[in-house]
Amino acid sequence: MNDLIIAGILMGGAGLVLGAVIGVFAKLFQVATDPRIALVTELLPGANCGGCGKAGCADFAKSVVAGENLPGKCPVSSREQVAAIALALGVDAGGGFPKRAVVRCGGDFEQVTRHVNYNGVADCASAMLIAGGPKGCRYGCLGLGTCARKCPFGAIEIINNLAVVHEELCVGCGTCVAACPRGVIALVPANAAAHVYCNSPARGAEKRQVCKVGCIGCRKCAKSSPDQFKVDGFLASVNYEADPLPGAAEVEAAACPTDALLTAERHLFIERNEPEGVAK
Amino acid sequence: MSYLALTVGAVLVNNFVLSRFLGICPFLGVSKRVATAMGMSGAVIGVMTIASGITTAIYRYLLRISLNGVNYDLTFLQVLIFILIIAALVQVIEIMMQKLSPALYQALGIYLPLITTNCAVLGAATICVKDNLNVLQSMVFGCFSGVGFALALLLFASLREKLELASPPEAFKGTPIALVTAGILAMAFVGFAGLC
Repeated sequence: MNDLIIAGILMGGAGLVLGAVIGVFAKLFQVATDPRIALVTELLPGANCGGCGKAGCADFAKSVVAGENLPGKCPVSSREQVAAIALALGVDAGGGFPKRAVVRCGGDFEQVTRHVNYNGVADCASAMLIAGGPKGCRYGCLGLGTCARKCPFGAIEIINNLAVVHEELCVGCGTCVAACPRGVIALVPANAAAHVYCNSPARGAEKRQVCKVGCIGCRKCAKSSPDQFKVDGFLASVNYEADPLPGAAEVEAAACPTDALLTAERHLFIERNEPEGVAK
Repeated sequence: MSYLALTVGAVLVNNFVLSRFLGICPFLGVSKRVATAMGMSGAVIGVMTIASGITTAIYRYLLRISLNGVNYDLTFLQVLIFILIIAALVQVIEIMMQKLSPALYQALGIYLPLITTNCAVLGAATICVKDNLNVLQSMVFGCFSGVGFALALLLFASLREKLELASPPEAFKGTPIALVTAGILAMAFVGFAGLC
């Protein structure tokens, strides 16, 4: 019985003493933080993607409250979210146009030749160091998924050894652009519907030997719509400063003979069946 | 017990994770990246050192108290009071760190709450009491148990970073291959048995 009372006193006393100690320490070592930082952090997407150039959303919130950055520097937040932050702080929203990533390559295993049987580490940077990866083209997507692993939003899928961006998931943070050792991925305006899915500056005949969907520089697109498409050497590209940006109709009119110029939708849903029995 | 035996025993022979199987949760949970593993390891080493010392002192001088010539044996409260002390201790360390060293808080702060009820920390405290170590010995034991934990965690994290790029059979991807690796790592550590 005595033990029981002593135990009760001891545990109760310990609880009280420890509670008091924590209380005292919390008061002694109080750190004054700006409550607005927590508020802005709450309003940010919280993906910590680093697209703004800061270490994460909390870090970005700190810089916004300190006035070093405008809320619009966050590439992920929608206009409404940016406006909410700007309103809460009473500052200018600032900002730019929303962007999306696009993998400028259409060379999956059906389209592009394989020059080696790559069995090394399944990482694009490693493949670059050894043999340039499994594909014949030296400029295209390596298809080993470094970008897909880095993407904080899970917006990139590797389909038949080709990285494909799901536009509805992509927020344009640019993490993949930095991750790709070949620089195949680019950030483009979010409202652009058509892209040239080729990144190789090689001569047309050379590209034709390794890839069925490379741009051969035939200038058909530039002739059909000179404002919206431009050709530099053997590589066509969409002029993303054009107004309006090319859409499905312009792609149709350009009638790209190799299907390097496609709408994003068509590029995503083109048949990329994985051949049976091929080790990934 | 000599201090050398104590340290070698804690780090290698009776490694907390790989031979005592304590602290498996953070071992699997924060071992995906070497950077996070290092943060967790640092926090565990710090907390284990202080917690082992304090709990041993509490056990020796509070739980076996004598009042008015009557000796009370309150050691049955051991687990309860140890958890209470460790939780409060971690809380105090966190508060102090936030003020005194924001950089350290940035690196280790988020791991501290994870340690509050970590079985490795409680295990270290209990083993100190069971082996009848004094306060200094307890602190040495706690510190090097933490080092052993860090060693296992860092080894495993580096292995997992490599594993992510390997292509195991579909069914083994992710946690299964990690568990198999952990098993092999534990078997390798059995090789240290009998060292001291």
